[in-house]
Amino acid sequence: MKPFAYHQPGQIPDAAKLLTSIEDSKLVAGGMTLIPTLKQRLASPVALVDLSKLGSLKGIADEGATITIGAMTPHAVVAASKLVQTKIPGLAALASMIGDPAVRSRGTIGGSVANNDPAADYPAGVLGLGATIITSTREIAADKFFLGLFETALEPSEIITAIRFPVPLKAGYAKFKAPASRYALVGVFVAKFADGVRVAVTGAGPGVFRVPPMEAALSGNFDASAIAAIKIDTDGLTSDIHAEADYRAHLVTVMAKRAVDAALS
Amino acid sequence: MGNVIGIGAAPKRKEDQRFLTGRGNYVSDIKRPGMTAGVFVRSPHGHAVLRGIDKSAALASPGVIAVLTGDDVADDGLGSLPCGWGITDAKGVPMKEPPFPMLAQDKVRFVGDMVAFVIAETPEQANAGAELLKIDYEVLSSVVGVLEAVRPDAPQLFDDVPNNICCDWELGDKAAVETAFKKAAHVAKLSLVNNRLIGNPMEPRAAIAEYEPGTDRFTLWTTSQFPHVVRFLMGALVLNIPQHKLRVVAPDVGGGFGVKQFHYGEEAVITWAAKRVMRPVKWVASRSEGYVSDRHGRDHVTEAELALDETGKFLAFRVNTLANMGGYLSTFGPNIPTNLYGPLLGGVYTTPAIYCNVKVVFTNTVPVDAYRGAGRPEATFVLERIVDVAASEMGIDRVELRRRNMIPKEAYPYQTPVLVQYDSGDPMGCLDGALVAADVKNFGVRKAASASKGKFRGLGYSTYVEACGLAPSRFAGRLGARGGLYESATVRVHPTGQVTVMIGTHNHGQGHETTFAQIVSDKLGVAFENVDIVFGDTDRVQFGMGTYGSRSLVVGGAALSKATDKVIVKGKKIAAHLLEASEADIQFEAGKFSVAGTDRIKTFEEIAGAAYVPHDYPLEVLEPGLEEQAYYDPVNFTYPGGCHIAEVEVDPETGTVTLVNYTAVDDVGTVINPMIVEGQLHGGIVQGVGQALFENAVYDEGSGQLLSGSLMDYCMPRADHLPMMKVATHSTLCTHTPMGVKGCGEVGTIGSPAAVINAVVDALSHLGVTHVDMPATPNRIWRLLQNASLPVAAE
Repeated sequence: MKPFAYHQPGQIPDAAKLLTSIEDSKLVAGGMTLIPTLKQRLASPVALVDLSKLGSLKGIADEGATITIGAMTPHAVVAASKLVQTKIPGLAALASMIGDPAVRSRGTIGGSVANNDPAADYPAGVLGLGATIITSTREIAADKFFLGLFETALEPSEIITAIRFPVPLKAGYAKFKAPASRYALVGVFVAKFADGVRVAVTGAGPGVFRVPPMEAALSGNFDASAIAAIKIDTDGLTSDIHAEADYRAHLVTVMAKRAVDAALS
Repeated sequence: MGNVIGIGAAPKRKEDQRFLTGRGNYVSDIKRPGMTAGVFVRSPHGHAVLRGIDKSAALASPGVIAVLTGDDVADDGLGSLPCGWGITDAKGVPMKEPPFPMLAQDKVRFVGDMVAFVIAETPEQANAGAELLKIDYEVLSSVVGVLEAVRPDAPQLFDDVPNNICCDWELGDKAAVETAFKKAAHVAKLSLVNNRLIGNPMEPRAAIAEYEPGTDRFTLWTTSQFPHVVRFLMGALVLNIPQHKLRVVAPDVGGGFGVKQFHYGEEAVITWAAKRVMRPVKWVASRSEGYVSDRHGRDHVTEAELALDETGKFLAFRVNTLANMGGYLSTFGPNIPTNLYGPLLGGVYTTPAIYCNVKVVFTNTVPVDAYRGAGRPEATFVLERIVDVAASEMGIDRVELRRRNMIPKEAYPYQTPVLVQYDSGDPMGCLDGALVAADVKNFGVRKAASASKGKFRGLGYSTYVEACGLAPSRFAGRLGARGGLYESATVRVHPTGQVTVMIGTHNHGQGHETTFAQIVSDKLGVAFENVDIVFGDTDRVQFGMGTYGSRSLVVGGAALSKATDKVIVKGKKIAAHLLEASEADIQFEAGKFSVAGTDRIKTFEEIAGAAYVPHDYPLEVLEPGLEEQAYYDPVNFTYPGGCHIAEVEVDPETGTVTLVNYTAVDDVGTVINPMIVEGQLHGGIVQGVGQALFENAVYDEGSGQLLSGSLMDYCMPRADHLPMMKVATHSTLCTHTPMGVKGCGEVGTIGSPAAVINAVVDALSHLGVTHVDMPATPNRIWRLLQNASLPVAAE
């Protein structure tokens, strides 16, 4: 680890100001990606701005038709939340499948979404549910937020404060874990709303994406059989030592079917 | 007063008191006054000419004390890292043995090859300094696979090693095998890859060295399975330090699995550096560093053929293997795919003729050496797989084919055609026991239940034998060993009757402090709690060979047993004097010396007291004191074995293989502590399952980059990958070890990969699948099913 300055602001504007005023400063939420990167000396920010003292970023609020989860809420809290389990069980299930118990205790929803790792679980839930990312300056629809490999619509000094999820009629997540890392080799989140179905895929490509043919098929018939024959194009999908693109493409259909089954169970 | 806890009991492990309460003492826990921190700068290239190193910026970096490179090694006239085995080819020509400098000179030959050592006040400063080194590489093409490395146009690692072949080794009667193949009714053929593995002990390697100018002595604390061998190899052959001026300590070590049974360049560099900077130097590897520097295991490409007559009797077995050595010869490297492989190809069968050719090949990868099982899992995998292939092709049941060829219990001792003679065994008994324990007769019901869920269920067998208890020195010497393979123990009885044992093996997870204490408690009638086991320090323990090859109990335990017997013999002499009886009339039982047929006794404590306060003592004929030492050199290997049965379920939709049941019935000879044996079997099986289903070290051909260079990409087996295992022992006693023990450290790893893969192939056999290479990952299985001859749909 290389030396860096450390700040722990108490207010969101203070945190944003530090980010703007210190060149090469970085936010740290749970630190599940950043800290290992620092330890390997692959990143050397001048300063870390720790969000852990911003109490307003923690907690889960019930607004009836929506649920809002504070950006600094750890995965374990979302997984164990009676509110989330009742209203969006698929999201609670997704949170329970992230990493291991230590990661779920430290890692946060805001950190995961801001990092936009191509194999992270939350982006599938956020995009699949059509959530809204609330930041220090504005609200961003999930469809406009994820821009590909580790890229998001966030401005350099913008801080995610919460994520607002619409409550679906049904939702489910199915994840095929990469054997070693247990990130999603392929993860599919399926959500059924009154006005249609959303299907979001993580792990298969350089960033989370939706599958319109599956959404159309499931909007007509919310059953796994409706998508069993839908094949995903391998173009743009990831190939690595664990899985080539054609296997990932195949898994998207299998996991989508299982996500529908999970939503219906 | 505690109790005697003897052979066959299962006390909780003594050492766990300190491990479970965080009181272990590992190398990285040790701090020395004035200690500096060192980091190794390693090659980022698989193959490159080292044109020059500019140290100036690094030396000017804050806190940096010294930067050492291969030129400094050469200037100081230090030796090459030695190889402990010298094998020869069929014509008797010695293997090619290029030098292995502790810091690279002229060339780097794998990603991770050490180029420089930076010493600073703190690890952070050493890292910062290391980043400022300017190293000029001329990058060359790398070759990482054995098939590619022996091609005529392949990159050449060494100028004087044509085609990268270190040795073209063979074993067995080639002509007899050829004759037998001509008479065969059926020949089964199999091509396979034995995947490359990375050991991943829990504790990464680490070392601290210190030089004391007042006594001109060096001390090296290192994560080693054999500190005396490190002292010998490093002191005598690399650094030219006299043995009495060098102390090597391997304190608590967090797992070895072979990874820590070599003399590593890091140890030599650090010890040398400690005198150069006249301060203690400490290095602790990161996990990532371990991936590119811990010696790897396995990595074979093999073609095998089994000749059978019309009844399924094995007539001959022929095996041609290319074995990867990596970039240099590690301590035992060339021994593993040759002497620990070929002699095991007889297995538990009566195959009369066997021939094995192994081309040992250099590549631009981490040096390959022993990893738990070391050669024997590879041999077992080839043999147990091809038996299944033959059974399937000839339409003979797999178990029946094994029975028809198995060595019957009455036929032991059994001389194989590949050097080794099995002293004892009962493979049929293990098979029978395993068939019952695995509930094979109801497998059809379970298979149908899986099919109703759309899953394919398979059953796989591995009836195997291995050779361990390394090793009879004379035999090993004939095969090319450059050292002995005996073991030593000293039993020190204190004046108050407690016992301290100094033993030359090394405990790094095996439970020696418990097992060896049970042996002493049993034999001397001393309370279990009154026996301590000391190991891992060349200043405290007589020369010993350390722990590997399932040798600690077999060879070390035998030395301990012998030394304990000597204590009893001396005790009887003392007792005879005190009890005024003839020595021949003295009996020793349950901690008491008595005159036969009388009630006259002396306790063990009384005899110990008399030995150290010899007022009433036969000083004319007997020395005071009660301490005895023994060295033991085995007359043969031991041959544990058994039957493993794996049961898997395959999800054809994703290709996922789930191990649902696992049964092992093993013959490990006498069991000292059944709990520890069970733990060893569990751990061994898990490592074998890891090879079969999950683990794979993958290099990029051309660049030589390790693609599976972290736990994020190299899949270690985890608890949720495994079912509850059924393990049992069906023991025959070893005829030549003092207690009948055979060893149990590696059996699990040796028996299990074939059982698991045979089960996977069985599950998919209705689709025309005849072989699956390891690891049987979901991706690989799915791809196999895409190309399978029958439709996948299980509905």
